[in-house]
Amino acid sequence: MERRWKVHTCATGRSLIPWRIMNDIITTMFNKKFLEELFKPQELYSKRALRTVFDRLAHASIMRLNQASMDKLYDLMTMAFKYQVLLCPRPKDMLLVTFNHMDAIRDFVRDSPSILNQVDETYRQLIEMYTPLSGGEFQLIRQTLLIFFQDMHIRVSIFLKDKVQNSNGRFVLPTSGPVPYGTQIPGLIRTFSCTGEEVNRVQFRSAGNYTAALREGSFEMHGDRVIKLGTNMYGVSRAVETHMSGTSRNSSQHTKVNTAPNPLAKKELNLLAQLMGGLDMQKPVGSDTSFRVNLFATDEEEEEALMSRPAELSYEVINIQAAKDQQTNAELARIMGEFADEGEPSATPSSKGDELLAMMDGL
Amino acid sequence: MYHKEKSIQIKSSASALYNNLSVLRIAPRCLTYFTVVHANVVNMVSASWDGLNFSHRQLQSKEGSIAASSSLIMQASWCVLPSRELLVLTSQKGIQMYESDGSIMVYWHALDTPETPTVVGVNISSAHPAQAVFARGIAAVQENFICVGVSTGFILVFDIPSKGSNIMLSEVLEEHRESITDMASECSGSLESVADLVTADDSGALCVWKSGEDFQLLNKIPGFEVCCSSVKLWKGTVAAGYGSGQIRIYEAVTGIVRAEVNAHARWIYSLDIAPFSGLLLSAAEDSLVQVWHLTVIPEANSVEIQHLYSECVTDTQICGAKFCDGEGHAFAVTGYDLSEIIRYTQE
Repeated sequence: MERRWKVHTCATGRSLIPWRIMNDIITTMFNKKFLEELFKPQELYSKRALRTVFDRLAHASIMRLNQASMDKLYDLMTMAFKYQVLLCPRPKDMLLVTFNHMDAIRDFVRDSPSILNQVDETYRQLIEMYTPLSGGEFQLIRQTLLIFFQDMHIRVSIFLKDKVQNSNGRFVLPTSGPVPYGTQIPGLIRTFSCTGEEVNRVQFRSAGNYTAALREGSFEMHGDRVIKLGTNMYGVSRAVETHMSGTSRNSSQHTKVNTAPNPLAKKELNLLAQLMGGLDMQKPVGSDTSFRVNLFATDEEEEEALMSRPAELSYEVINIQAAKDQQTNAELARIMGEFADEGEPSATPSSKGDELLAMMDGL
Repeated sequence: MYHKEKSIQIKSSASALYNNLSVLRIAPRCLTYFTVVHANVVNMVSASWDGLNFSHRQLQSKEGSIAASSSLIMQASWCVLPSRELLVLTSQKGIQMYESDGSIMVYWHALDTPETPTVVGVNISSAHPAQAVFARGIAAVQENFICVGVSTGFILVFDIPSKGSNIMLSEVLEEHRESITDMASECSGSLESVADLVTADDSGALCVWKSGEDFQLLNKIPGFEVCCSSVKLWKGTVAAGYGSGQIRIYEAVTGIVRAEVNAHARWIYSLDIAPFSGLLLSAAEDSLVQVWHLTVIPEANSVEIQHLYSECVTDTQICGAKFCDGEGHAFAVTGYDLSEIIRYTQE
């Protein structure tokens, strides 16, 4: 999103609508209650639940995206995230990548004390929760995340151009460059006697062309992270396109991991509903000031993208019903009204958790 | 040294899990079975040796009576005992054991799950982070044991009858402090071995055991803060693969390091040994599969390792690699996001 704003704006500073959109999104993302929920140890969100959170965040401002642009934005985010997780030299580097993202956010809100405070608090929680974990535990987190991204091979034009992704949608894994921190350059065999003395050293030729590890990045609130993953990869003035054609070939291999009713999903969604009701929202003052964003070159292209998107890849947005009180119901119903999705019926509030799941299945 | 053969297609892609390939050779029927884990599903394919017939089966993780659970499978492995062969699945919910063709489940063991804090608004700094719960690490030991590791570091020892489903938990070994990653039993077939089993954990600690009615701890080799993800035991010698990309060779009973190999540029995911030849196979996230020759002469107290061969599986983080026979004439490889089992045969 940051990249898109630079294309659209003429740099006159903070009074611009795009800056306000970023600000609103960051404020929502760093809402205290929302973060508390995120930091609780829990199972991975289902794909549907994550997409819903994403939609809600993207719309937590005056920005409006239609279905096709929303899908595209989500695809970009997903593939970039997959890339970063996959290419981390060692699993603990995922935390450094997270800090790169946080550093960029902190820089953006450096002049807004209240949000800055929340961002700093988040750093503290990340440090407290994750720095004690072992490499093996980080690898387990990484392996779980990789299951979430499995079989996603959406081609992103900027990745293809930079030779970071192949035309079949798979990422390029370099076999050169610095080894991860804590790893030695491959090629040496040391042998020891039964009393522990080194008796021999042999070099062998291995594939790849590696150099010594760089210094370790900083895990503190401020510092040089060293690793470049997680810094803005989309650049400033480059078109970013995603390609759906060809993915239908891969989509036959999608195994639907989450089609069975997941008892936790109901709990997740109820909580999401509660949280959404409690979020302090920017109220758009009528549709005149809403800012419509099209992630395609033209409106026609956007429309066409929506039509040609393979069915398996459409992310159904869940209509969340509040399970609790009337006030929350009313608030949510109003939120629903603002989503402005084409032709979707406005949802009626319900008091039963079961209907949540049924609705999800029915979409 | 090896050339690529025709790959075997599997129904879904391999997940990024340690030791994510198991191979069972069934000589009387000229078949080889392969299993590859994808999230909550195990893909089983049986391949005839003439390369003409393939049949597929998928097994799902179960939770006792609830079918089609979304609980993730951490590992699937065949356990070969003198009297029978069982397919063991370890998941976030428990341990399942099947007859070797995957047709019938003969045993289910549920893991205890700890209480997790559910109150919203709890001060994060005082709440205990919930530990991930899962089983991982599978080995058949001696005549009648199957051992399985748990995320707490415990090792469950199951007593397996020569047939039927009267399987019982015989012992729980509480030595490791970190999650079990892998384990292996002595595979040389030698009757002189003292050590029967080696177990490994997230901290890189290795425990060496003698099996029996009560398992006996022979040695604990401390870790060095690097995860040991894969381990093998052959002729009283431990081969261990680490997250740092290093392979270390230890004398099992004494714990003395006999060799250190800077083998890979990324996390090692799989080791295998061909017991008749001493060939060692290693595979890692750096896209490389490598073949080494391990020479162990107990009488001369000699342990040596030599690099023989490297194969690069382009743009693939390898998660499983196994020899297909006891000599190491052929091996098979799986990679994250790949829906095929890649095979290589010696020239």
